[in-house]
Amino acid sequence: MKRNPYLPELATVIEVVEETPNIKSLRVVFNDKEVMEQFSFEPGQVGQISVFGYGEATFVINSPPTRKDYLQFTVMKVGEVTTAIHELKAGDEVGVRAPLGNFFPYERMKGRDILFIGGGIGLAPLRTLILFMLDNRSQYGDITILYGARTPPDLCFKSDLEEWARREDVKLILTVDNPYPGWVGRVGLVPNVLRELEPKAEGKVAITCGPPIMIKFTLKALLDLGFREEDIVTTLERRMKCGVGLCGRCNIGPKYVCKDGPVFSYAELKGLPFEL
Amino acid sequence: MRGRFLLRKERLGEALRSFQAKGYAVFLPYLEGETVLFLPYDGRREPFLEWPSTLPPKSILFPQSETLFYFHRTKKDGKVRVELEEVAPSQQILIFGSRPCDAKGFSTFDKVFVGDHPKDPYYMERRLKTTIFSLTCPFPTPSCFCLSVGLEPDGKEGSDIIATQIDEGLYVEILTEKGERLMEGINLEDGASFEGEVQMRIERTKRLIRRPFDPKDRIQVGIFEQEEFWKEAVSKCISCGLCTYLCPTCYCFNITDEAALDRGERIRSWDSCMFYHYTLEASGHNPRPTKFDRFKNRVGHKFLFFPERYEGSISCTGCGRCVRFCPVSVDIAEIVRRLKEAR
Repeated sequence: MKRNPYLPELATVIEVVEETPNIKSLRVVFNDKEVMEQFSFEPGQVGQISVFGYGEATFVINSPPTRKDYLQFTVMKVGEVTTAIHELKAGDEVGVRAPLGNFFPYERMKGRDILFIGGGIGLAPLRTLILFMLDNRSQYGDITILYGARTPPDLCFKSDLEEWARREDVKLILTVDNPYPGWVGRVGLVPNVLRELEPKAEGKVAITCGPPIMIKFTLKALLDLGFREEDIVTTLERRMKCGVGLCGRCNIGPKYVCKDGPVFSYAELKGLPFEL
Repeated sequence: MRGRFLLRKERLGEALRSFQAKGYAVFLPYLEGETVLFLPYDGRREPFLEWPSTLPPKSILFPQSETLFYFHRTKKDGKVRVELEEVAPSQQILIFGSRPCDAKGFSTFDKVFVGDHPKDPYYMERRLKTTIFSLTCPFPTPSCFCLSVGLEPDGKEGSDIIATQIDEGLYVEILTEKGERLMEGINLEDGASFEGEVQMRIERTKRLIRRPFDPKDRIQVGIFEQEEFWKEAVSKCISCGLCTYLCPTCYCFNITDEAALDRGERIRSWDSCMFYHYTLEASGHNPRPTKFDRFKNRVGHKFLFFPERYEGSISCTGCGRCVRFCPVSVDIAEIVRRLKEAR
């Protein structure tokens, strides 16, 4: 990273992918070829995207470090900056400050069975790790992905979902909140479906991300299912500005989500004020 | 030339002018109406040293609003193109007439913005070029409680020079190389004979400072986590954020873009953890939705979280400004006293 942590690196949008009616993925490359070549990061790390004149917001780098043609960020249109991001077209220049934060402890997940539990756009950070593990497939045990959204059109990363459904070495379970015409997958909220599935906790690591309310109930379900506190991993979101542990707002007790996180195990979270 | 000196009262103006002539941007406290503010020295007017300043001098090194960089946007073949431009470096700064609690405020900032990683280049640049000439506290206000946070009215932390006001002028102690550079060529006399009198003055000040709690006592986490405690303790808080703006250690900030047509700047401005919007996410979710959550976080930051991150250092200097100027008389010292006493 540059000496001035606030100064973004200029990058160009090479492709915009429509994921759902209100979610787009942005593929960017740094303008400086050398920066692009030397750029390295770990799965789970985040970046700040600048649309100059509108501001900056934090998103996970959801393309894995094993595929470095571009960096992908997936953005739901909810506020001022994300609306500006949704206006971007291929060829437009943006700013990127990355990588920021910590990452998934994938070394200590080696040889273990992995259970991913995602909701809505919360699949984005899981996607990085899923693709990373699929690119290093032999190092991990069974991979199960439970993913839900409000309705079928709200399911993100549809081409990935199709591929994961086809693969023999991945088990994919999809759910939507309510019955929907033509939907043949499960129906029910993610934490409830998780309880119905009753996954065996033994030897397994669970990694979850979704809206705060989903994370809250998923953590509880995983504890009830007998998962060990250090084998429950989540990645959190907060309103962030500086992204480097200085501006103050993303703290949970003494920890900054931008710098000490965004990845936390339940064992780490439980000692902090309960501010999910 | 470390040591103790006397700067005669009638030579103060001359000294201030020579600091200016050496290239320092000199800031000192001036009485403006009923408010004491650090303002640029105008070369004539004497500083006002009777009361502690209403606002701490923190805005000199950490402006209420500052440009991080400029950007220029153009459209070429329908595509957005951007150029960035960095800001110019700062000049040498002298802060004259700060109190030990204010200087301690800067050393608290230093832990975060200079001592941690990554460093804040904007603050750091100014801080390294700044000399701090503090005055020991001649007379505390009723809201002051520095002794309770382990600071003294003649505390040296963060200062390059510390001086005590005596009848003859200023009894000056030079503490650092920066202090030596500032005082080079200034007309000083030997001050050794005034040491006893200075000690007496400091002792007198100490006796007048309230001690709501002892720095060694710990906050009882049990009661700190109790929602009921906060509901009762800060029910009158109106979330105005004044406490954080007046605080010499509060450093939270916001970053926003301001643009007109093709040119704009990215700006950093003071923010406040007392505001609902501080943690409000675009989705509408807010992890600290009530004033009780926010106040608890503020006290927690100063007395628990900051010490945990920065080697036990409390991020409160006991300057009492947040107590003195709170429109509804919330007293953080009283709250901390209760958190420490509870069993």
